[in-house]
Amino acid sequence: MHCKRWSAAACGYWSTPIDTSATPTFEQQLVDCRDYLLRFARLQLRNDAWAEDAVSETVLAALAKPQGFANRSQLKTWLVGILKHKVIDALRHHRREVSGLSAGDDEDADPLEYLGFKADGHFLQAPADWGNPEQHISSRQFFEVLDACTDKLPPAQGRLFLMREWLELSSEDICKELNLTPTNLYVQLHRARLRLRECLELNWFATPKAT
Amino acid sequence: MTIRRTCKEAAALMIAREDRVLPLADRLALRVHLAVCAACPAFQRQILTMRNVMQQWRNYETPDQAGATADVQRQGDGGKPR
Repeated sequence: MHCKRWSAAACGYWSTPIDTSATPTFEQQLVDCRDYLLRFARLQLRNDAWAEDAVSETVLAALAKPQGFANRSQLKTWLVGILKHKVIDALRHHRREVSGLSAGDDEDADPLEYLGFKADGHFLQAPADWGNPEQHISSRQFFEVLDACTDKLPPAQGRLFLMREWLELSSEDICKELNLTPTNLYVQLHRARLRLRECLELNWFATPKAT
Repeated sequence: MTIRRTCKEAAALMIAREDRVLPLADRLALRVHLAVCAACPAFQRQILTMRNVMQQWRNYETPDQAGATADVQRQGDGGKPR
């Protein structure tokens, strides 16, 4: 079911510039953006049915207000803006499930240990030099790895992490939305960040790359 | 409370700093540690790289995407509203 993940072609994500000679209809442009929107909704909600609903509501809202965006390059930004509101609604609606951080979700010891420390608290080995960020940012494969690593986070952690990083909510707002204690939230975010760092290191930074 | 932090404690603070404002004592201790430690600045660069790429990711500034990204301003420090 992830086979279409990278194919949000005409919406501009991962795509080559499209042929502009034929102007697609507004409806067609919306349809083209569906996969792109769904990808974010899925990563954030970790539930395909909720994600489908949020994206459908986004498309319906857009259809009801086609004058809401000025030009094609802004369409995606505008749609994502609507989607974020729908996603927050969904998170609120499913609050109980979302904030139910079950113990089984992440039974690992503190993932800080992934970094490797001696008993006296020193690094076993200095952290690797990840090189120039620009060089990774310009790589499409890098973002595929980033997506996959985000997707691999335990669901509850992934949701909280994306609430910070995609919805850009403050820690205070996330606690309020989900009735979490700050301590609980910080533990989950700490784990998510360390897991993501580890995953990126293993699958990207420590891997020889074809250029 | 002493100002000394181990690398492990410093790493935990560098991660925590992404999501909350650290108490003054921790901020100072981290600064001192980063100034004298050989390994931790490398870890800090990793965290900054992550901050940077997450920002690109969230702003859809991903490669192979013509046009729509030009108006998204790149922030040098990678900072975001806390």
